[in-house]
Amino acid sequence: MEQNQAKVIVSLKDIFVRFDGEVILNHINLDIHEKEFVTILGPSGCGKTTTLRIIGGFIEPESGDVIFDGKKINSLPPNKRNVNTVFQKYSLFPHLNVYDNVAFGLKLKKLPKDEIKKKVTKMLATVDLKGYEKRSVAKLSGGQQQRVAIARALVCDPEIILLDEPLGALDLKLRKSMQLELKEIQRQSKKTFIYVTHDQEEALTMSDRVVVMNNGVIEQIGTPEDIYNEPVNAFVADFIGEANILNGTMIDDCRIKILGRELECVDKGFGKNTPVDVVIRPEDIIITPPEKGQLTGIVESTTFKGVHYEMSIRCGNCEILVQSTRCAEIGSEVGMCVVPFNIQIMNKLLPFYNNIIETEVTYSDEDGNMFEFELEGETVTVNGVYFKQGEKIRITLPPDALSLAGDGDGDLPDVYIESVVYKGEHNEIILESDERKWLMLSDVDEQVATYVHLNFDFSKADFEVIDSTEKTEG
Amino acid sequence: MKSRKLSIPYLIWMVIFTMIPLVMIGVTAFTDKDGHFSFEPFINAFQYTNVFAKSLWIALLSTAICLVLAYPLAYIITKMKRSTQNTVIMLMMIPMWMNFLLRIYAWIILLQKNGPLDMALSLLGIHGTYIGNTAAVIVGMVYEYLPFMVLPIYTVMSKIDGGLIEAAQDLGSNSFYVFKKVIFPLSIPGIISGITMVFVPSASTFLVSQYLGGTDDIMIGDVIDKIFWTDQNTGAAISLVLMIFIFIFLVIMNLFGDEEAIA
Repeated sequence: MEQNQAKVIVSLKDIFVRFDGEVILNHINLDIHEKEFVTILGPSGCGKTTTLRIIGGFIEPESGDVIFDGKKINSLPPNKRNVNTVFQKYSLFPHLNVYDNVAFGLKLKKLPKDEIKKKVTKMLATVDLKGYEKRSVAKLSGGQQQRVAIARALVCDPEIILLDEPLGALDLKLRKSMQLELKEIQRQSKKTFIYVTHDQEEALTMSDRVVVMNNGVIEQIGTPEDIYNEPVNAFVADFIGEANILNGTMIDDCRIKILGRELECVDKGFGKNTPVDVVIRPEDIIITPPEKGQLTGIVESTTFKGVHYEMSIRCGNCEILVQSTRCAEIGSEVGMCVVPFNIQIMNKLLPFYNNIIETEVTYSDEDGNMFEFELEGETVTVNGVYFKQGEKIRITLPPDALSLAGDGDGDLPDVYIESVVYKGEHNEIILESDERKWLMLSDVDEQVATYVHLNFDFSKADFEVIDSTEKTEG
Repeated sequence: MKSRKLSIPYLIWMVIFTMIPLVMIGVTAFTDKDGHFSFEPFINAFQYTNVFAKSLWIALLSTAICLVLAYPLAYIITKMKRSTQNTVIMLMMIPMWMNFLLRIYAWIILLQKNGPLDMALSLLGIHGTYIGNTAAVIVGMVYEYLPFMVLPIYTVMSKIDGGLIEAAQDLGSNSFYVFKKVIFPLSIPGIISGITMVFVPSASTFLVSQYLGGTDDIMIGDVIDKIFWTDQNTGAAISLVLMIFIFIFLVIMNLFGDEEAIA
């Protein structure tokens, strides 16, 4: 609430960025307030670093405005912006010692020498590097280099500090302590910190607000609690923390059907019999005797995690992750209960389940029992089915009829993997080709933000001739 | 142990083609015509002091001009697109594949009386010969050794991490300060190896001065070239002195480089 009253210091309005024809940022809007610790979180390739570089002045957006303190600064070069960056690879000057690295910005501001000395000394004390002034930066450890980089940015006294995955290269223990240290530095210095990371835990630990990005768009903005407890879609739920994401049907307001059971929930307004995604956090599932559970399942594996046990429970075809302080025996049947408040309902990422292609037969051969059609400039051959040339048909491909061509020789080349969400049974993979999106099921963990070749298995498809008098829909 | 065994052929090579010849030069330099130990060759060498001084001076001047031309060129090349960079570097190298003498002959033709330069300047009413003087020798040497200056500087510059330039901009540097505070200091190792690669061969070069220079533009390389046929001992002595001068020069260069890197 307090943040909403704080002044907006930097504002991105409808920012659009494209490199070599590839859309990196797709019309994003973001307001950042004074003295706020904002984290931009997302998988690699989601556009988070690009967003940071736009604020830093290293990239000019193709369209949209960057507003700093009420002024448009789209093409203002980095050296004229009151913003300093802590770079991912630190980018310390190898020819300068620790003192000169930190003093670099102040010297450019032509401050008197004794003032520079006072500021640098104070800043080195703040980041715990007193006595390291004369050291060569190459001889420092990763954590120390990191702190020099932070000191170098902070000492310039900018309005905003940008941090591009600054803890990425550090080991886990050091990273944890640096997280707290950074948060403390931010609190003391009362600066706006914009922090980019792909580590959801880091984001939850440090931020006042988290911006979750994927595929060039902002999926959700909110406090860490909001993002964790009320994810807006399966992508966010999957990315932040552990989650069971299941396919469900919203029967009516406050009635949800998952895994064949109707359960009570608290969400409304999704309509009747609407397919939805359901999120249940593993710690929100209560293990009960089988007869008392809303759902029952067989314990498949247990892992001791220190504070709790993590159990994988098979419920029909679906695997459900449960965290509980008590361990159930492997192979035993258990019941599971969830209070309605902990069932989080979200709209599906895609408005369809089956992939539907409406097209015209471009070539066919009755003897060969095959036909061809054009798809985004590629000729696709279907064997085992015959349609007359020129006939308009609708092909319905269920998600399991799609697969990735490992050898790079698929029906549709250069398809982008937009998201991969594990739904207890399979991974649901959303793919984007030039003109549309596709839903695919896979048991393999595919790498998000990569390009793949897509294959269609037409033996699983349904074909239907569209009546030429009927107007095609969708 | 293994690596030591692998180095044996190279050691043999070094001994046969580096150590033994060096010792032979040393021995020859301290021997008179009858094969006795003597300082006579060095005393003889003294009469070439002027040539010596002039040679070093021409080499120094050529090196300096090469540096002045090469540094901005290398910087400009690094700013180009990657594919263009390769093309430009290729173009710089191609003349080096041509025979050395041919390139010198080309300069004779360019600079001689009624040559292209003379004709062009005549149109402006300036007449004269542009060959047979120190300037022509320097032009020839600069042309000859420029790629050896450009390449090491370009290599070092193109390896400067783009992140450092962004960091400098981020901290408030305009392009001038980015150059002064980051690019220049980090390119010094390239400058040093460039200077070394140009100065050393220019100091001992020959033929360039014979073809492009005047009668008093004879260089120490030419002297060694001539004298060795008649008086090996003096030739060896001059070579030895030249080596020592180059060695001193390199030591100074390296000291200078270290200091710059720290400052």
